[in-house]
Amino acid sequence: MSLEDSLFGVHGKALALRSQRLELIASNIANASTPGYKARDIDFDKALAAATSQQGSVAGALETAMGYRTPLQPSSDGNTVEMSTEQTLFAENAVKYRTTLSFLEGRLNTITRALRGE
Amino acid sequence: MSMDKPMNIFDIAGRAMSAQLVRLNATASNLANAGSVSGNENQAYRAIRPVFSTIVEKPGVATVKVDKVVTSDTPATRRHDPGHPLADANGDVWEAGVDSSAELVEMVESARMYQNNVQVIQTAKSLLLETIRLGK
Repeated sequence: MSLEDSLFGVHGKALALRSQRLELIASNIANASTPGYKARDIDFDKALAAATSQQGSVAGALETAMGYRTPLQPSSDGNTVEMSTEQTLFAENAVKYRTTLSFLEGRLNTITRALRGE
Repeated sequence: MSMDKPMNIFDIAGRAMSAQLVRLNATASNLANAGSVSGNENQAYRAIRPVFSTIVEKPGVATVKVDKVVTSDTPATRRHDPGHPLADANGDVWEAGVDSSAELVEMVESARMYQNNVQVIQTAKSLLLETIRLGK
């Protein structure tokens, strides 16, 4: 276990995965009007489990947990981006990124206080 | 597409905004030319439309670009108007091949898509700033 893992627990990897997932969903939103584009996403729980396992890396975890979105209503040009789904997941993921940030903030405060001997 | 550094969320949404802007410009050109008249079929204005394609950096990380701009096959409309200064030998003029209502739909849609990408950038920016403040 690396130093940062023992200091920040699961939250370091979780933050990295959250930021990568934001990129994935942003890619879907960017391609909302590209014919034939297939929306992708990760199964976050699966990715986190893979990233926090022995010798798990964030890049490897993303690869393992990546899949294609199943559209609720397929469009005629083959594009599977549904803006309502993407917007919702993007917002949810942003909130969860913030949550992870506040966990990290808490850890940092604890460590800082311990170092100061408060 | 070769890039010096890895694509981030700002590149992804920023390029998508550029692509939507090209689309919006094309729509503006089409609407501006709707109703314009020409003396023969070949010279009549035809609606232009950008074709989008995906720029993939790695699985799931992708943005979009305008691959090419094509001319639509909406035919020019022939109108009999012998008094028109541009009328041909038969007294016909050709009106631009633009479907105004389709253009309006296109305009609203691309504006919406542009907004969605602005939203992505706003969210990403505030998250990044919060991350920078971490531990301060």
